[in-house]
Amino acid sequence: MIKVEQLHKSFGENEVLSDLNTSIERGEVVTIIGPSGSGKSTFLRCLNLLEKPTSGHVFVNDTDITNPKVDILKVREQIGMVFQHFHLFPHMTVLDNLTYAPMTVKGMKKDEAVRKAKDLLERVGLSDKTNAYPNSLSGGQKQRVAIARALAMEPELMLFDEPTSALDPEMVKEVLDVIKDLAHSGMTLAVVTHEMGFAKEVADRVVFMDQGKIVEETQPKTFFDQPKTERAQNFLDKVL
Amino acid sequence: MNLDFSQIVPYIPFMLEGVWVTLQFVIISIIFGFILGSLIALVKISDIKGFKFIADAYTSVFRGTPLILQLLLIYYAIPQLTGYDISPFLSAILTFGLNSSAYVSEIIRAGIQAVDKGQREAAEALGIPYRPMMLKIILPQAMKNILPALMNEFITLTKESAIVSVISYLDLMRRAQVVASDIYRNFEPLLFVGVLYYIMVMILTIAGKYVEKRMRASD
Repeated sequence: MIKVEQLHKSFGENEVLSDLNTSIERGEVVTIIGPSGSGKSTFLRCLNLLEKPTSGHVFVNDTDITNPKVDILKVREQIGMVFQHFHLFPHMTVLDNLTYAPMTVKGMKKDEAVRKAKDLLERVGLSDKTNAYPNSLSGGQKQRVAIARALAMEPELMLFDEPTSALDPEMVKEVLDVIKDLAHSGMTLAVVTHEMGFAKEVADRVVFMDQGKIVEETQPKTFFDQPKTERAQNFLDKVL
Repeated sequence: MNLDFSQIVPYIPFMLEGVWVTLQFVIISIIFGFILGSLIALVKISDIKGFKFIADAYTSVFRGTPLILQLLLIYYAIPQLTGYDISPFLSAILTFGLNSSAYVSEIIRAGIQAVDKGQREAAEALGIPYRPMMLKIILPQAMKNILPALMNEFITLTKESAIVSVISYLDLMRRAQVVASDIYRNFEPLLFVGVLYYIMVMILTIAGKYVEKRMRASD
């Protein structure tokens, strides 16, 4: 469903991604891990073109989204994204956060959007917050709303950019549980995370990045038990 | 002490009328300045290089020179240059509108750019096009920064409006001078219009505080 070819990204002189090649299959759960500054988030953001690659290609369902002729907004409709800092719309209620994009972008009827939104809020356990404003929610609740907001567009693929890094420790689980639930429902997920337990338990594949390169790419069991490279070994020694 | 306020009593209706004259051109200038300023702000946050330079230069010139100079240039220089005999009223509106648009454009630009850039990314990631993103997501949040600053700009404009008296536009200030030369007394008419200016500014200030409080309510 996603295919990445010879992806490069530089900020000025600084090359943050160099020659990435990988792919994500439909229904697959891929976690991207690695030390800070390894380019994980930049890589993820290249997949919906929030970051413009310097060179290389990203194919989404065989469409090359790096082609300037492609309507990127149409592609983004199919790709949900969840950010580290939630980025809920603070001037809208939780319900409006969920219904705004489906109504504006997909032209969904209001009652249908509301019905879907309520289903999603129930799924993430926040039915009682329908009419609350984001600022009255805890971090964990905000992130669950953010996930529901992305799901409201009925995407084929969800990108998670360190979804639990800005949360208080006691709220990490409630968010991870929602993501796990998604993984089990067969949704395609790409998750940048520092939660090794989550990567081990849920991922079909682990992509280990360091210094802008994909260093290892394998099943979680293999990666965590017998990393092939010294860099991965060093990283695991530090975080486990 | 040689004060006699009874002398200005016959002139009070004449001076009070100045409040309306002042408000009239201030309000028109504000609307003109706001519309032009919004357009300039949009250019400033866009990526169009040439236009952006012009917008920046425009702001820089109007903020970098005295208002009274701009007024005199428009009132005296336009007839000299074009032969068109511009009225004091039109000169006043033009000067204050153009000048205000430079300040307003900066207020709006800063307000928009102060909105967390994650908001824009979140909207983009959802596939929301530029126009609805600006109108429904970015601008409502930017208003929180913009409105209080805009009220300040209006207050400044109201006070500064007094300088149109130098081109003999019969505003509040000019009327005080006319009365002063009629009765050979300066203190009484000046004090009287001073109080009127103060009341106008206070009303705007209180309105501004109210707006600010309303804006903060959603936090």
